[in-house]
Amino acid sequence: MYTHHVYIEGIVAVMSIGHTLLGLLETGPRHGYDLKQSYDARFGQDRPLHYGQVYSTLSRLLKNGLVEVDGVEHGGGPDRKRYAVTAAGVTDVEDWLARPEKPEPYLQNTLYTKVVLALLTGRGAAELLDAQRAEHLRLMRELTRRKSGGGLADQLICDHALFHLEADLRWLELTAARLDRLAAEVRS
Amino acid sequence: MTALLAGTGLAKVFGPTPALVDASLRVDAGEIVAIMGPSGSGKSTLLHCLAGIVRPDAGRVEYDGRELSALPDAARSALRRGEFGFVFQFGQLVPELSCAENVALPLRLGGAGRRDAARRAADWLDRLEVGGAARQRPGEVSGGQAQRVAVARALVTGPRVVFADEPTGALDSLNGERVMDLFTAAARDGGAAVVLVTHEARVAAYADREVVVRDGATPDRAGVAP
Repeated sequence: MYTHHVYIEGIVAVMSIGHTLLGLLETGPRHGYDLKQSYDARFGQDRPLHYGQVYSTLSRLLKNGLVEVDGVEHGGGPDRKRYAVTAAGVTDVEDWLARPEKPEPYLQNTLYTKVVLALLTGRGAAELLDAQRAEHLRLMRELTRRKSGGGLADQLICDHALFHLEADLRWLELTAARLDRLAAEVRS
Repeated sequence: MTALLAGTGLAKVFGPTPALVDASLRVDAGEIVAIMGPSGSGKSTLLHCLAGIVRPDAGRVEYDGRELSALPDAARSALRRGEFGFVFQFGQLVPELSCAENVALPLRLGGAGRRDAARRAADWLDRLEVGGAARQRPGEVSGGQAQRVAVARALVTGPRVVFADEPTGALDSLNGERVMDLFTAAARDGGAAVVLVTHEARVAAYADREVVVRDGATPDRAGVAP
């Protein structure tokens, strides 16, 4: 169900790239290329930004008055624009940081669906849970190894994944313990 | 390859209750194995059988080519003192002794001189960043500190096998992680085999593999064939 790649993608997908770029620009004006490098180093993990994403986001921020062009370098190749955050952009970042993220309710759950379908169709739900358990632990071992070899930023991102995977595992164990009752309920 | 420690077909009954029915587990030098399973499934009994604390009713435990269950009590005690290290959920330190004396205890029992034992104990306490607690008694330090003292006591002799039963159970995440880093170092750098009972997946994730015990058995035989 989870792979490390998918998990990181999940984090990036819910993260606002626009706000993140604005926040990075608040530390000083940058070219699009430097902005991408800075984003990838801090937040890209296994999934760096595409240049297209950086420039389309910057042009949207420019249109909305959240960034401005701070200078243009004319060189041998295409002109390089340097972007700076505006006062409105700073306020936007501040609002975003102050606003709590909506907690995920996790009510649409593929694992739950699989367990119920296995029970309904007379397949081995316990085996399904065991196989999932082993897969979760395999990924947790991989993340733990990565954590011990990495810096603090890597440790924190891996811990976030590890705590979520552990929550899944606890659910898997509880469900395994309640499988007989669930089977009776599903088949009634 | 011959395992450093292997239990095969282990069974144990306490009164009317079978605690182990058919459990097997093997661990090589430098390897960390986590024993997992629901409460009351026999995890701790399996650990105690492997460590020679409990004699199984059936099955055999082999350590370094010797059958542990066939050894006389005195020989098993000597083995536990000299080659095994133990950590439990609540440190089980001797309350009357200072933290430093607790760590020095297995060295003294093994015949080390007072000064040598004290120096090695102090080294370990410093390494675990609890040097400041050396003169205090276990009751006077925090749970996290006491557990690190217990880990120092388990590792000070350079054991070939470390047995740990819920070693992080009483600790917060950060202290639990420190304890697991120490076990990992004991295995990776010191070549120790580590057998770990835990219900926490994040702790089990430090292991090379896990063996699941259900109703006193290790049904998938994962303990035998890694």
